[in-house]
Amino acid sequence: MSNPELVIRNAQWKGGKVDLLVSEGKVLDLIHTSDAAYEGAVEIAADGLNLLPGLTDVHTHLREPGFEYKEDLESGLSAAAHGGFSNIMCMANTSPVNDNGVITDQMLSRAAKVMPDGPRLFPIGALTKKLEGKELSPMHELAESGCVAFSNDGVPVKNTELFRRAVEYASDTGLPVIDHCEDPYLGLGAGMNEGPTSSRNGLAAQPDIAEASQVARDILLAEYLGTSIHLAHISCKKSVDLIRWGKERGVKITAETCPHYLLLTEESAMDYSSMAKVNPPLRTIEDVHAIMDAVSDGTVDMFATDHAPHAAYEKEVEFVIAPCGISGLDTALSLTWSLVSSGELDFDTFIKAWTVNPCATFGLPVNTFSKGDPADFLLFDAQQEWVVEPGTMYSKGKNTPFAGETLKGRVVSHFLGGKKIV
Amino acid sequence: MEWRHKDLLDVTQLSLDEVRHVFETATYFQEINSRPVKKVPTLKGHSVVLFFAEPSTRTKTSFDMAGKRLSCDTFSLAKSSSSLTKGESLKDTVLTLQAMNPDGIVIRHQASGAAKFIADRLDCSVINAGDGRHAHPTQALLDSLTLTQEWGSLEGKTILILGDIAHSRVARSNSYLLTLLGAKVRLCGPRTLLPRYLKDWPVEVVPDLDEAMKGVDAVMCLRLQLERQHDGLLPDLREYSKYYGLGPRHLDIAGKDVKILHPGPLNRGVEICSELADSASSLILDQVASGVAIRMALLFLYLTRKNQ
Ligand SMILES: [Zn+2]
Repeated sequence: MSNPELVIRNAQWKGGKVDLLVSEGKVLDLIHTSDAAYEGAVEIAADGLNLLPGLTDVHTHLREPGFEYKEDLESGLSAAAHGGFSNIMCMANTSPVNDNGVITDQMLSRAAKVMPDGPRLFPIGALTKKLEGKELSPMHELAESGCVAFSNDGVPVKNTELFRRAVEYASDTGLPVIDHCEDPYLGLGAGMNEGPTSSRNGLAAQPDIAEASQVARDILLAEYLGTSIHLAHISCKKSVDLIRWGKERGVKITAETCPHYLLLTEESAMDYSSMAKVNPPLRTIEDVHAIMDAVSDGTVDMFATDHAPHAAYEKEVEFVIAPCGISGLDTALSLTWSLVSSGELDFDTFIKAWTVNPCATFGLPVNTFSKGDPADFLLFDAQQEWVVEPGTMYSKGKNTPFAGETLKGRVVSHFLGGKKIV
Repeated sequence: MEWRHKDLLDVTQLSLDEVRHVFETATYFQEINSRPVKKVPTLKGHSVVLFFAEPSTRTKTSFDMAGKRLSCDTFSLAKSSSSLTKGESLKDTVLTLQAMNPDGIVIRHQASGAAKFIADRLDCSVINAGDGRHAHPTQALLDSLTLTQEWGSLEGKTILILGDIAHSRVARSNSYLLTLLGAKVRLCGPRTLLPRYLKDWPVEVVPDLDEAMKGVDAVMCLRLQLERQHDGLLPDLREYSKYYGLGPRHLDIAGKDVKILHPGPLNRGVEICSELADSASSLILDQVASGVAIRMALLFLYLTRKNQ
């Protein structure tokens, strides 16, 4: 290979100091810091900064088309770029729903137009037409147009027979199905976990088994069909126990969890704060610990943001009628990094959860800093403290329960395919 | 005692001394309510908005009368007469109320947490007249005042709350307040109408009504929302009244001195049989009388509070 065009000098990587050499948008080499001179290369001093591979978010709601007032492709991808995400998978619950190739094409061409330098967008196609849970969507066409997975996220499929057929049909395309696990009746109309807090507050609530019973169903289904299913935003201990059981049996399931399920409990909703209203709801401290353990031992494979932006006026209502969701792209990296700095999560697991595992599961480009990998990387200042001020977030969605909190660690620059995008 | 609370969202905000102070103040106002001319100028020049997003004739009338007896101007904002029916958000209603600059707002709302929602956004006092399933502090205070005046003290008494606990703000507020005043609280109702998590509640649960009646000094019946049958929580009203409705035989179990309370309005023959509601054991009308006095006391304390 040729000489590097770009050299990142003196960055920190796994406790050592390294130089990253980039050529033609790809990693040429990652070496111990040296004094070597590279003729014609652009050099960037990264003293004191950590080198990280660009992250992948497998679960984002970008709202375009249809709900551009909440978020559009430009604001969402901009938040992703600043938040450290090189690859973004966006859910199909737009309006119209992404249930045909034309919508997928439109999303991709819009993204290329408004954010030509990335992050890369990977749409998720609807599992059923209009997400209605009645008819299968044209999955071959969606795959051909560029969808990388199928999901009914937003409106879980009620009919188990149809869900089975959808998983079978999807397997012909070679693409995975992502399931939002929620019993459609046990969870009905509830904005929080059924537990001591909902009991005191007098709020309609859903038990953790609303999620876990569907997780169990999906594991049995995946085993029976011999196909894989990806379980979205896992929130509770019972689900984790079932996933561990399934994996021990050799069932091809993968699972994700979100920063808020590792950092918050149902008590965040004690004051009826609609910012803490998410679906699945925040659970208990036992659940938080169980999910932390499951991430550490690989039972839960990856992180995802479940970035769900809403307009301010939509959230500033009674808890009961507030929409679910947290705007997550701006804060996810710093939030999960706090687990690394506190020693709860080891660095390798962190990297796997945000890059290696999601990319392997969904067949996306990944940077492991091996020769030939896409030069998607971040220079990250692990010492930089910043306060979450919703007004300064890049996402249009300012809905975060972490407002006012001081986080440590922030993206200084973001390179995608060797090109600086932040 | 100098009153320093801005809002009354739930009884859990009040200390034992503060509850006693509310009772003393209410007792003083009860004397006024027994005079031929029941009006004093105490709150002259003050104004209170009665904002009832969920209809409730009796609570609203009680607050209205309480205000007027203290010469306080009361204004009603009911759901049917406001722009709420046109889909106005609670936040916009709050801004409208703020612009009218009242001294206090009494709110009844179907959403748990609604009283806090508006209290967080308003400078004036907010008194919660019932928010969703969450809290009904004025009802709890009037219930406890009624029983305190009946017995002198609640210390050592056992009170049964009977019926739909899960959906009841009355049960939530009363469990706390009765316990604070020294009583033991027992709950009885079908399991579908009991909250799943009661660990933090200062109560014991006795599922069988006959068993639950043993040694009880008072029974607080809750109003049953008749649609619970359609929510899949009850088979039908006949079965409910047979197994969970209060009837004469329950008085025999508890003893003749047992007192009966009900927040009203009653479904006669469902949660309570008609004879019991009208019997000498019933304190239902005393509750109504205490209600006006408690609300006078609260309006007085909150509207004349010392600002910090
Ligand atoms: Zn979901």
